[in-house]
Amino acid sequence: MSENGKIILLHTGLIALLLALNFILPAYHHGNIARVMVLASYAIGYNILLGYTGLLSLGHALFFAAGMYGMGLSIRHLGFSPAPALMMGIAAGALVSVAIGALALRTSGVAFMIVTLMFAQAGYLTILLFGKWTRGDEGFVIQQAERILWGIDLSDANNRYLAALVLFALCLFAALWLVRHPVGRVFVAIRENEERAQLLGYNVFLYKLAAVVASGTISAAAGASYGLLFGYAGATFATVQYSIFPLLWVLLGGMGTVIGPFLGAVFMFYLIDLSSGITNAYMLIAGVALVLLTLFAPQGIGGEFRRRVWGWLP
Amino acid sequence: MSKTSESKPPISRRSALKTLGVGAGAAALPMWARYANAQTSEPIRIGFQKHATGIGASYGRWYDRTSQAAVKMINAGGGINGRMVELVTEDDGTDPKRGAEVVEKFATQHKCDVAFGTLFSHVVIGSAPRAGELKLPYFVVSEGHHVASGMLNRYTLQPGITDVKSQVQAMAPFVASNLGKKVTMIFPDFAFGHDHRDYFSAAIEAQGGEVVQMIAIPPAETSFTKYFPKIPRETEVIYHVMVGPAVLTFVKELGEFFGPSRPEIFGFIDSLEAVDLASPGLEYLEGTYFWEGNPRYAQADQSEYDKNFRAAVGVDENGASVNDSKDISTYAHMFGCWETLNIIKAGMESSGYAGPQDRSKLIEAVEAITDIPHSNAHPQGAKLFNGKTHQVFGQQYITKVTNGKLILAHTAGIEDTLYPDEVDYTKQSF
Repeated sequence: MSENGKIILLHTGLIALLLALNFILPAYHHGNIARVMVLASYAIGYNILLGYTGLLSLGHALFFAAGMYGMGLSIRHLGFSPAPALMMGIAAGALVSVAIGALALRTSGVAFMIVTLMFAQAGYLTILLFGKWTRGDEGFVIQQAERILWGIDLSDANNRYLAALVLFALCLFAALWLVRHPVGRVFVAIRENEERAQLLGYNVFLYKLAAVVASGTISAAAGASYGLLFGYAGATFATVQYSIFPLLWVLLGGMGTVIGPFLGAVFMFYLIDLSSGITNAYMLIAGVALVLLTLFAPQGIGGEFRRRVWGWLP
Repeated sequence: MSKTSESKPPISRRSALKTLGVGAGAAALPMWARYANAQTSEPIRIGFQKHATGIGASYGRWYDRTSQAAVKMINAGGGINGRMVELVTEDDGTDPKRGAEVVEKFATQHKCDVAFGTLFSHVVIGSAPRAGELKLPYFVVSEGHHVASGMLNRYTLQPGITDVKSQVQAMAPFVASNLGKKVTMIFPDFAFGHDHRDYFSAAIEAQGGEVVQMIAIPPAETSFTKYFPKIPRETEVIYHVMVGPAVLTFVKELGEFFGPSRPEIFGFIDSLEAVDLASPGLEYLEGTYFWEGNPRYAQADQSEYDKNFRAAVGVDENGASVNDSKDISTYAHMFGCWETLNIIKAGMESSGYAGPQDRSKLIEAVEAITDIPHSNAHPQGAKLFNGKTHQVFGQQYITKVTNGKLILAHTAGIEDTLYPDEVDYTKQSF
């Protein structure tokens, strides 16, 4: 089979497997995987920036929250139905990522990390500042009646799972398309050697901005979907913790692999879920797992697959 | 000497012990049989959403101790409908996302009958939609106004602790008639602080007073000196509600700013829950007033019920753990867990609850509760439950710091805490 065929087969196979799981998973894991698919979509967005363009952001929660609040506030205050609200969320994320990208990309390396972190913190405080509309740290519920998309009740477990799968599939294939597209190749060129890419005549700033916008918009789509599927929008999702999570998922799953964010998100979700049943210091277990993985599989789970088995893994 | 006579004395120590053991077992048979009988039916599983980590951890620790003590008492009294109660504890990290996941875990993995125990409002609001979708009765102990505001759903109830709106408005008559009518409010600039700002300013106006200045403190602020010059000279009362460790600095700096000639000071104990009043820097609070959901220090007229509650949870007369006088309880709130578990028991008994198929009957039974008498099950005081808004109302305590202890100065009656209904959950279908 050609490399292309293998790539299509693997990624379609994953979607088919997730679809099959919809019918066989017990209720608890069914709910978990729905959640993981939305979070993995967020990580896919993050991976475009970190894994493919080599830009480490510590402020992605801002994009996730922009999507969540863009969606939530337009339902709460403008009376939007879910479809336009979802579009508002995605548009909010795109807009915020253009603005943040244009400013933050004036820096690089550690400064880029700090600037993105500060912007995200400013975003979090903005949500608190406008508590009259956002309900601040408490957040607000998106009622069941407000979550009916084209006649489909998204609060129903089955519909939620399938909606999460559609989102995940769209993000997965969009990322797959992007990283194999010439634009994605330029992202990788920038990651590998920015000066050389510039020397070759590419407008590096513009490409990096495109990467931030693609990454931020996918993250916002995940944030908007999360709010819609689980019925809640809150400022916690804008905290630094939610900027660190996608970084961990991507590092664990395999930076610069399309499938890696999903592997990382599912691994981390169950690691926390299982270890929290054993000890209150479950983040310590997550930390140890991360250290071990960094020591013994520095390229993450997906990266190890690529190194050992599937050299063609995009 | 023959081998037989050497190894087998007529009555060996082992056989004597065996006989004694069998005898003792037979004597205790009725108790044992009853125990075995109780074990034949599955225990009632109550999912306890605990803030074991994160910002709510000190509350979580005491909510846990109180809940364990309540379950022990319920089980000692024969359980619920002849079944023992089992508490299934999961840490929610004081995080709404994890909170929702924990609720799912209770419903679909642990097969809990109900979920219970959440304190922090954002965790309640993040989790309640999932409880509603999973049709899992969700009993929160949060004091947030979220339940009674109509934001949540029919499956979410708050029958064990009063909400912030009723607490705050019940303070206004005392403040206006005893401390002063011109009030400056200092509150954290997030939802909890905004609730205080909105409800108290309306309530004090109704008493003929006014809020002369509102000072919102941004979250994560570590020094407060720069805010104090904003306090107008005409201020008669400072109303403060600060949450988090910064309260120690806040009080110290307030003392440095005003010195001995201060206005009256009234605060909510939330900031000082699990904090020793003898902590350095808190001396300035002497002579100031606090709202307390339940007085931390055993009062002169302590009820038998409070005495019993303290003993069961393991709290001494100063509100600290009996095992460690430095381990201060969250006494103003934790009674809510005890009382909520007793409401669950009452609801399950009156509805004849037998399993998850009876969850809607359980909710209807709790909705039908009105008067709740002061008792061992409700040691904080008598209460009134509003089935339409799913919110309980009860008396509130105002204590004064006297010689480093909180001494009861006023008890606000239930009538001071009532407000018009904002929702009727009974109209929502199951």
